[in-house]
Amino acid sequence: MQLIFEKSREGISQSILPVCDVAKYQFAPQLQRQTAPRLPQVSENELSRHYSQLARRSFGVNSGFYPLGSCTMKYNPKIDEEMAALSGFTAIHPLQPPRTVQGCMQVLELTGKLLCEICGMDDMTFQPSAGAHGEFTGMMMIKAYHRLRGDLGRTKIIVPDSAHGTNPASAAMNGFSIVNVPSAADGCVDIEALKSVLGDDVAGLMLTNPNTMGLFDKNILQITRLVHDAGGLNYYDGANLNAIMGVVRPGDMGFDLIHLNLHKTFATPHGGGGPGSGPVGCKKFLADFLPAPVLYHTCCALDFAAPPQSIGKVRAFWGNFLVIVKALTYLLTLGGEGVKQAAQNAVLNANYFKSLLEDDYDLAVPGICMHEFVLSLERLKKETGVTALDIAKGLLDCGVHPPTIYFPLIVHEALMIEPTETESPETMDEAAVCFKKLYKLAYKDPASLHNSPQTTPIRRPDEVAAARNLRLRYRF
Amino acid sequence: MSKVKEGLFYAKSHEWVEYTDDIVAIGLSDYAQEELGDVVFVNLPEIGEKISVGEAFCDVESVKAVSDIISPVAGEVVEINDELADNPEMLNKDCYSSWICKMGKITAEGNLMDAKTYEKFLAEQK
Repeated sequence: MQLIFEKSREGISQSILPVCDVAKYQFAPQLQRQTAPRLPQVSENELSRHYSQLARRSFGVNSGFYPLGSCTMKYNPKIDEEMAALSGFTAIHPLQPPRTVQGCMQVLELTGKLLCEICGMDDMTFQPSAGAHGEFTGMMMIKAYHRLRGDLGRTKIIVPDSAHGTNPASAAMNGFSIVNVPSAADGCVDIEALKSVLGDDVAGLMLTNPNTMGLFDKNILQITRLVHDAGGLNYYDGANLNAIMGVVRPGDMGFDLIHLNLHKTFATPHGGGGPGSGPVGCKKFLADFLPAPVLYHTCCALDFAAPPQSIGKVRAFWGNFLVIVKALTYLLTLGGEGVKQAAQNAVLNANYFKSLLEDDYDLAVPGICMHEFVLSLERLKKETGVTALDIAKGLLDCGVHPPTIYFPLIVHEALMIEPTETESPETMDEAAVCFKKLYKLAYKDPASLHNSPQTTPIRRPDEVAAARNLRLRYRF
Repeated sequence: MSKVKEGLFYAKSHEWVEYTDDIVAIGLSDYAQEELGDVVFVNLPEIGEKISVGEAFCDVESVKAVSDIISPVAGEVVEINDELADNPEMLNKDCYSSWICKMGKITAEGNLMDAKTYEKFLAEQK
């Protein structure tokens, strides 16, 4: 397939900008560019075909079952898009005076209130653009909190070995050193190992619960209490909130801060489909550290102000606003009971799908799971030479998006599977047939799996070459 | 079956160690490179860096993940294998010749296994 640059032909022009309905403004000569920017020149027809072709080559939630573990690839209701397209939300400018965008500010306020209720938090910022940005913001707040109290010796953040890679990165970016604690045999945090690293040099703990093995840590109250007793704060990575929303609240589990992934849990497009949003919620005693600005009520309207000990801005303006509109629409569509039911169905679906696969495939940890589960293909690899990557590629030929592979790192040949609540039993039954078929094929004809996928427009990209010879720019 | 080279010593986290006089070379075992998959980037330590036992002194990026390399000894980095910066695949192709760094002024060492013991250890892993 040709790139848009290769399709470009000199002189093909089109006007896609609407007619200007305000007076033209002339920049000073030194600010004007002397030559027009070099952009691909294609007709509207070609442009439309180009992107349709690209879309056909990709695999999205609208293409088929997408059980990508830890990513919560649920169906994004179309009504969310309709609401986000309303001109009251789109035809505004971030520099408009607050009194002229009161409706949008009410969206921020109401969404914050609903999400705080779900998380058991007291206040929230919508600035962070996605999950890792939220983590970074949360770590800045933890640092500011200890610093304001003059407690400068707290330089360590504890991260379990099953954490998302972004956790240690976000803490390290804030100058913390990372202390890893291993998981015990049951997949939960090793309490004795945690105790051994706690002390007055610990700034906090970052934890995902349920964790990346799809397990709710049964010792969670003890864990958060131990960290608090040592003077640290508890940070909740909300990546897996879909398993528990409306059922239990991180705030009640002893967490002080949390980030949410609106693009996962609250059904807004992601994975190339749209920008993310990673709001950070906190308990009252941390609200003064939130990024600026936050909302507050004057006598008769909403306004923006900087909290007294604010860590500053982590992004321009108010975050990815339209994503917040979509998340609010999702919340209001589901209602309180619906939110809870979504979480319960996500867990039910994961356990149903697990029950279909566990006769053939080995579970990393046996027993009931939460919203996702992890298979280990170590035995299959040993017996047949077929790897997690081969099975993942084989699934593409069945019209199923592969699960997350080789994560969590603590499981060899991992396949991490999260069906989400929006899939029907029929879809999962069909997918299970594919999984079983590939398992049998691994013993019968492993070579064919090394060569899969056979039916996709792009077969097996050379990941090694792509990583070793990075070419990020097309010389147009 | 992963190859284990005689004459080297091995850590539980799958680094090998080779002693030459008072200098120690450190690399990755065959089992480690197999588990990592194709290595695409090696973040080497710096000469002069002081490293303790159990410290992550280097990280390698494969198509699967980024992994820390844990130091089996305490000492100071005296030489790094620059070649790995341009040819990270050497860690896959010839793991027992491709040392990552050499350390001197060794002050401590972790629990290391000889080749026989490491072979047994690997067998138990499966």
